[in-house]
Amino acid sequence: MPSELVHKFMRIDHLPHIWCAGCGNGIIMRDVAVALQELIDDPESGVSREKTVIVSGIGCSSRAAGYMDFDSIHTTHGRAIAFATGIKFAHPELEVIVLTGDGDCSAIGGNHLIHAARRNIGLTVIAFNNDIYGMTGGQYSPTTPTGDVATTAPYGNFDRPFDIAQLAAGAGASFTARGSAYHARETTELIKQGIQHKGFSLIDVFSVCPTYYGRKNHKGGAVEMLAWQKENMVPASRYYAMSEEKRRDKIMVGILTHNDFPEYTQQYARLLERAKKAK
Amino acid sequence: MRYEMRFSGSGGQGVILASVILAEAAVADGLNAVQSQAYGPEARGGLCRAETVLSREQIWYTKVDRPQFLLALTQASLDKYAQSLAEDAVVMADDTLALPAGVDPARALRLPILATARDKVGKIMTANIVAVGAINRALGLFGEEALREGVRRHIPAGTEELNWKALEAGTALIGDEAAGRFRRPAL
Amino acid sequence: MANKAVLMQGNEACVEGAIAAGMRFYAGYPITPSTEIAEQCALRLPQVGGRFIQMEDELASMAAVLGASATGMKAMTATSGPGFSLKQENIGYGCLAEIPCVIVDVQRSGPSTGLPTSPAQGDYMQARWGTHGDHPVIALSPSSVMETYKLIIRAFNLSEKYRTPVIFLMDEIVGHMREGIVPPDPNDLIINKRHISYRDGANKQCYAVPEGKYVPAMKPFGAGERYNITGLAHDVSGFPTNNNAVAGALYTRLMEKIDRNLDDIVRVEQTMLDDADTAVVCFGGTARAVMSAVLQAREEGMKVGMFRPITVWPFPEKQLRALLPGLKRILVVEHNYGQMVLEVRRAAAEKVPVDFLGRMDGTVISPKDILQKLRETEV
Repeated sequence: MPSELVHKFMRIDHLPHIWCAGCGNGIIMRDVAVALQELIDDPESGVSREKTVIVSGIGCSSRAAGYMDFDSIHTTHGRAIAFATGIKFAHPELEVIVLTGDGDCSAIGGNHLIHAARRNIGLTVIAFNNDIYGMTGGQYSPTTPTGDVATTAPYGNFDRPFDIAQLAAGAGASFTARGSAYHARETTELIKQGIQHKGFSLIDVFSVCPTYYGRKNHKGGAVEMLAWQKENMVPASRYYAMSEEKRRDKIMVGILTHNDFPEYTQQYARLLERAKKAK
Repeated sequence: MRYEMRFSGSGGQGVILASVILAEAAVADGLNAVQSQAYGPEARGGLCRAETVLSREQIWYTKVDRPQFLLALTQASLDKYAQSLAEDAVVMADDTLALPAGVDPARALRLPILATARDKVGKIMTANIVAVGAINRALGLFGEEALREGVRRHIPAGTEELNWKALEAGTALIGDEAAGRFRRPAL
Repeated sequence: MANKAVLMQGNEACVEGAIAAGMRFYAGYPITPSTEIAEQCALRLPQVGGRFIQMEDELASMAAVLGASATGMKAMTATSGPGFSLKQENIGYGCLAEIPCVIVDVQRSGPSTGLPTSPAQGDYMQARWGTHGDHPVIALSPSSVMETYKLIIRAFNLSEKYRTPVIFLMDEIVGHMREGIVPPDPNDLIINKRHISYRDGANKQCYAVPEGKYVPAMKPFGAGERYNITGLAHDVSGFPTNNNAVAGALYTRLMEKIDRNLDDIVRVEQTMLDDADTAVVCFGGTARAVMSAVLQAREEGMKVGMFRPITVWPFPEKQLRALLPGLKRILVVEHNYGQMVLEVRRAAAEKVPVDFLGRMDGTVISPKDILQKLRETEV
C-alpha cells in the first residue's frame, strides 16, 4: 500500500517507477516530497502546491519529475536549469525545483549550472549524483572517481571528478549543500532550506547506482553502498567537531555556502520600476 | 525614378549614420527611402559603406549598384567606389583626398569635411553630420525641418546643440553656385 | 489617427511587431546579423512590463523561451545560422511537447561561421528539417520592413493557434535594411490568445482533443492543473509511453494539425501572374530584386510574374500547381545553391521546366542578373 505521502504527492497511476531495485533515486525523490509537504503544510513558508513547478532534464534522475504530482516538465538533456530559468523569470512567484543528475547538470548542462549560479536566480537544484550515466548503461560521468571503471572506461577512468557543490559555490551560488541517499533526514532538511532560500540553491545529493556503478567497481549492492555513505559521509555538526586529521577522509553532509546575494528576479522587478519611470 | 546614394569611409566615421539620417529625413519629407549597409568585422577601421535609395515610387531592389552620388571620407573608399558610379554622378570627398582618375573634377566636390568638424565644430566625430549638411545643401534634398527631424531621431539626447552646429557648418560649405550645379535630378 | 511614417530597420520592426502581438518574454544570445533584435528587446520590453534575459548560450535561450511559454507567456528568441543550428534540439522539443513560441532566424552566409555580415538564404531546408525526426513546421518569411512588422504578429498568432514553434525566417537583406513604415493602429490588429481550456476545472487529460479538433488546450503552469510536459512520446495525460498505438496517434495528430489546415496557414504573394507564361519564385529579401526585374522584363514585353511564398513551410504546393497550366517556365531565385527550388521542382512535377538562379558569395543577386537569366531562358 502506498503511504499517505505517496498518495498525496505522486502520480500513483504512473508508478511503479522505472528505477532499479536498490537505486538511491527513490529515496531522494521521497526527500523532495517530504520537504515539499512540510513546507506546503506550513502556512508561513509561502510554498503552495499550485505554485510549485518541478523541472528535470534527461537521465535516470530526471524521470522523477513525471512521478511527482505537480506542474512538471521533463525537458531535454542538460537543459533543465535553462528551462527552469525561463519559468522562474517569466513568473517569479512560482517555486521552481530542478531535479537533475551528475551528467545532466555538470557535463552537458554544466554551462547552465554555472550561469544560473552566477545570476543567483531563485531556483532550487537537486542533483541526484550517482557517479555514472545510468540510463545509457554505465558510462563514466564528470563525478566518476578517478580510477573507477565504466563501459566507456574499461581500462579505468583517469579524468578528475567534479565536486558539484563546490563547482556551484565557485560559480557564485548563494546556497550550496551536500546530502546523501543514506542521510535522508539531513538531506530533507537541506532541501527545505534550499527551497526557502531566496537565491539560487544547489543540493548535491549522493545517490547510489548498484546496477552500473557498484557492480562494475566491486562496491557491493545497495546495502553496501549505503553503508559506505554512512561510514564516510558525516553530517556537519559532527564533521566540524572532528579533528582536521579525521576529517581528511570524510565527506561533509550539510551546507557549504549560504549568502544573502540579491536574487535575479527581484533585481529585475526593480529594473521594471526604473524602466516604467524612465519611459 | 530612383536616386541612389552611397556613403563610404572607415568604420567609426559614422557614414552609416549619415545614410540613416538622410533616409529618415526623406521619410519625414514624404518620400520613399530604403537604407542598407555593408561592413566587415571591425567596429572601428576597415572599409565601410552604406546606401540610401530615394524615390517617389515603391522601391523594390534595395541595393545600389551604380550610385548617382558618392560620399567618401577616406582615400581607400574613394579609390574603390569611384570605379562604380552612374554616369554624371556627383562625388563628394574630403579635401585631403586626391580624386582618382576617371572622376570628372567638374562633378566632384572636395570639401574640408574633417577639418570643419575638428576645427569649427570642435569634434572630429561630427564629420558625418557636417557631411549631411553639405550633401543636403549641394543636392537640394530636403527641407530644413525634415532634415532636422532626421538628425534628431538618431542622435543621443543632450547632443542637439553640437549637431545643429555641425549641420550648419556643413551647409555653409556649399555656396549658391555649387548648390545649383549639383542639384539632384527630379524624382 | 493614422500613425506617422517612420524609418525603421527590419530587425527593429520584428521587435515592435512582436510586442504588438503580445510578446513579453525574450531570451537570446548575441549573434550577427540578428543582434539588434536582442538589443531592441532589452530596451523595449521593460517599458511594457516584459522580460528580457541574455542567456549563456543559444541552447539555453531556446530552453528559457519554452519554459516561459509553459507559464503562459508569449515568448521569442532570435538568432542566425550557427545559433539556429544550436537551437534545433529544443525546437524539436517545442514541436513534440506543443509549446508555442517564435524563433527568428536572420539568415547569413554559411555553413559554419561563413560570412557573418553577408546576406544568404541557406537555412530554408534547415527551417523544415533542422531538428531530428518528423515534425510539423510553420515558417514565415518577410520581404520588407512593413511586412516584417505584420508577419511576426501572424507568426505569434499561428504559434498560439496551432501550439507549435513558428520559425520566422528573415535574412540579412530585410533584417538590416531600413525603410519607412507606418506602424498599424493596435486596434486594427488581430491578436490570438492562447486557448487554455476546452473544459472547466482540472483534469488529467491535458493533451486530449475533442472530436474533430487537432490542437489541445494549454493551461499555464501555476494554474493548478498539475500536468506533465515531456519530450518523450506521451499519452493524453502528458506521461511518457512506449505504447506504439498511442505514440503513433500522437505523431499523426501533430502532422495533421498542420496538414489539415493549410488553407489557414499558407499565404503567397502572386504578382502579375494572371497573364504570365513565366513565374519567378523567390522568398524573403530576394523578392526585392525579383520585383525590380519583373517590372523591367514586362517593359521588355516578357510575360513575367512573381510567386512569393510568405508561408515558406509548408510550401504552397497547391497554389503553385494551380498556376502550372498557364506557365511555360519557372525561374527560382534564391541566395543559396538551390533549396526552395527542390520544392518547386517537386510541385511542378516536370510539367513546366524549372530553372534556377542562386548565389552564396555574400553579394546580393541584382535585378540585372535576374533579367539576364530571363532573357537567356526565354521560350
